[in-house]
Amino acid sequence: MIKETITVALAGNPNSGKTTIFNHITGTRQHVGNWPGVTVEKKEGLIQHNGHRLRVVDLPGTYSLTAYSVEEIVARRFLVDDKPDVVVDIVDASNLERNLYLATQLIELGVKLILALNMADVAESRGHHIAADRLGTLLGVPVVFTVGTKNQGIKELLDKVVEVAEDRDTVSRHIHIAYGHELEKEIKKIQDIIWQDPSIGRRYSTRWLAVKLLENDGAVKEGVGALGGIGGRILAQAEAGRARLAQIYQDDTEMVLTDQRYGFISGALKEVLRVSAESKFDLSRQVDLLLTNRLLGFPIFIFFIWAMFQLTFTVGAYPMAWLDAGVGWLGGLAARALPEGLFRDLVVDGVIAGVGSVIIFLPNILLLFFCIALFEDTGYLARAAFIMDRVMHLIGLHGKSFIPLLMGFGCNAPAIMAARTLESERDRILTILINPLMSCSARLPVYVLLAGTFFGAGAGNVIFSIYVLGIALAVAMGKLFRLTLFRGESAPFVMELPPYRVPTLKSLLIHMWDRSVIFLRKMGGVILVGSMVVWFLGAFPRHPVAPALEPAGRSQTALTPSPAELSSARPRSGHEMEASEREKLRLERSYLGRLGRVIQPIFAPLGFDWQTSVAVLSGFVAKEIVVSTLGVLYAAGSDGNDENEALRRALRASGMTPLAAYALMAFVLTYVPCLATVGAIRRETNSSKWTAFSIAYTLTLAWVVAFVIYQGGRLVGLG
Amino acid sequence: MIPLSAFKQGERGVIIKVQGSGAFRKRLQEMGFIKGTEVFVEKYAPLRDPVELVVKGYHVSVRVEEAAQVLMERQGQEAK
Repeated sequence: MIKETITVALAGNPNSGKTTIFNHITGTRQHVGNWPGVTVEKKEGLIQHNGHRLRVVDLPGTYSLTAYSVEEIVARRFLVDDKPDVVVDIVDASNLERNLYLATQLIELGVKLILALNMADVAESRGHHIAADRLGTLLGVPVVFTVGTKNQGIKELLDKVVEVAEDRDTVSRHIHIAYGHELEKEIKKIQDIIWQDPSIGRRYSTRWLAVKLLENDGAVKEGVGALGGIGGRILAQAEAGRARLAQIYQDDTEMVLTDQRYGFISGALKEVLRVSAESKFDLSRQVDLLLTNRLLGFPIFIFFIWAMFQLTFTVGAYPMAWLDAGVGWLGGLAARALPEGLFRDLVVDGVIAGVGSVIIFLPNILLLFFCIALFEDTGYLARAAFIMDRVMHLIGLHGKSFIPLLMGFGCNAPAIMAARTLESERDRILTILINPLMSCSARLPVYVLLAGTFFGAGAGNVIFSIYVLGIALAVAMGKLFRLTLFRGESAPFVMELPPYRVPTLKSLLIHMWDRSVIFLRKMGGVILVGSMVVWFLGAFPRHPVAPALEPAGRSQTALTPSPAELSSARPRSGHEMEASEREKLRLERSYLGRLGRVIQPIFAPLGFDWQTSVAVLSGFVAKEIVVSTLGVLYAAGSDGNDENEALRRALRASGMTPLAAYALMAFVLTYVPCLATVGAIRRETNSSKWTAFSIAYTLTLAWVVAFVIYQGGRLVGLG
Repeated sequence: MIPLSAFKQGERGVIIKVQGSGAFRKRLQEMGFIKGTEVFVEKYAPLRDPVELVVKGYHVSVRVEEAAQVLMERQGQEAK
């Protein structure tokens, strides 16, 4: 009796071509999400095959099922607790020995297993001849050849899946990896106790439990411990066994078991693998000698990064402009179609303008992810990490953190998504946390305005120093977080350098599309709500610009208005007022404006007046908005010939000192990244806690940095 | 016994022992760093760290400080 839907789990080492096979099986009918509670990507797809419904789940790529990394824990939990009907182990046929290590663990787990020998063509071209039938018999597992990149063997694989699920396969049988007399004796002793409670054996392979206990496996020990009385006896037996084995082998039992598994594999390979004259010319190796060359490696790397930047941000600027125009057109259309009033303002100024301001990043994101997919699928990403690891390790990061951090100078939102390429969750979260300190392009207009206004010819150097400050802060925070939040031994660097491969367009496009859809769907929600909130704050109360010149809100906010603001609010009757003046008054008295006044005391030690405080608040949506808000608040009433120059003059007249301007620049650099980035952080960390932490720490850091700059500067007489 | 980190590019040897803490040793072992396995030093990164090795027919990189935990016996050099 088979179930309606057959659940198939795809397991395999990283770089075994597992994703390519998954893409071929499911095509576009795949769903990308996260595994519960962690940031590891979960992909699954529902397909029909010869009248059977197959639910295909792509497990994270792992080398083992030891449960050290999050990926391994996730994969193992799914295999043990969700009990898929069939497990397909995708094995790189040209790298059989190490790939079979995972297979030994899957065999031990007692799952219904199929071995897919992938990249069979590569193995063949290297002169590796594999006797598949013999391998299947030895392992008790049916073996299928596949070439993922050419879509070969996929149908046969799915046929086999159905066969195995229905127990019609003749090769499948349960084998034991023999661990030798002493180990077997201890395994048996533990099993004897487990068998006293038959309910355990019905749920788990008792042999697997025994082996895991001898390996001192934390998760299994915890599970067994929770069983109560019998659990205690099992654990005690396992402990005694480990002690005895350590005596005999003079080594930890888990090491001995690993040794034995590799011993089993090499024994099997002697019978199965025949290597004919190894080809002398290894193209991948020659390419690599160039790309990671001592002298040329860095220049080539820098060139690739430069090209990626150009493609993403320069070429991407064209479609971005079209989208921007499209959003503007849509806004205009909506403005004409809807009757004047609150609803129209909400749609036009809130929803369309807000979501539009994020949607225009889509071309950038598509291009960026195309480039990253290209780096990943060709194998270059691993080399980039290889080259950069020395540098990144200085701040306690992995070589692969480099690319997301670098992309941050363009735009933090896709850069944070690019952190997905980091395997370890700790490295990923750390990289995400410090990413906003890479000064994104949206902050540049703010620097240009302020530096241009207050530093004249020195503006370029001042802006450069802000970028350097960002990097220095990232290094410092990286170190600090590593020492506090992410204490303890960092994961060993041990990183496979897969052979260079020519990627398939299909896999590149799927790769790119997957991530872009996530951006659109998930962040769309956050952005939508966020822009509506900010619009609301800026638009209400509705009509404060009544003829009465003493607004009611002022006495409530109880803050001394600055002279500039007083003079601007003084006698001009409503109908004489220019539109910009009215806009200024309206914004000033909106909730956003009032909020700016309420929080101004917090910013006073940084040298910010209330206008700046409002601008900084509005910059939460997107940093470049700081400029337009300052424009509205300061430069009102300008003759409109040169708004920028008017704003500069107004800024100089406002009493802001160069020191305060610099403190403001530092603040803008550091404080909460824009809404889109917060959305990306929420999405990528999959945790409200980390998102809240990111907001809190950047705010605190920004305040402290601006405080030190402003007050420190005054102390030494710069103010 | 010589630590693997003392090997130069193009040298090869056989693993005698992997030292270090439990998780690290276990990870290396699972990646194929087993006693008796041959290791070939493919090259060092441009900044001399990490180092690229060939183990069990595949390429893997480890940091030099990690390679120092792998004790080796030297074998003949590859003719260059």
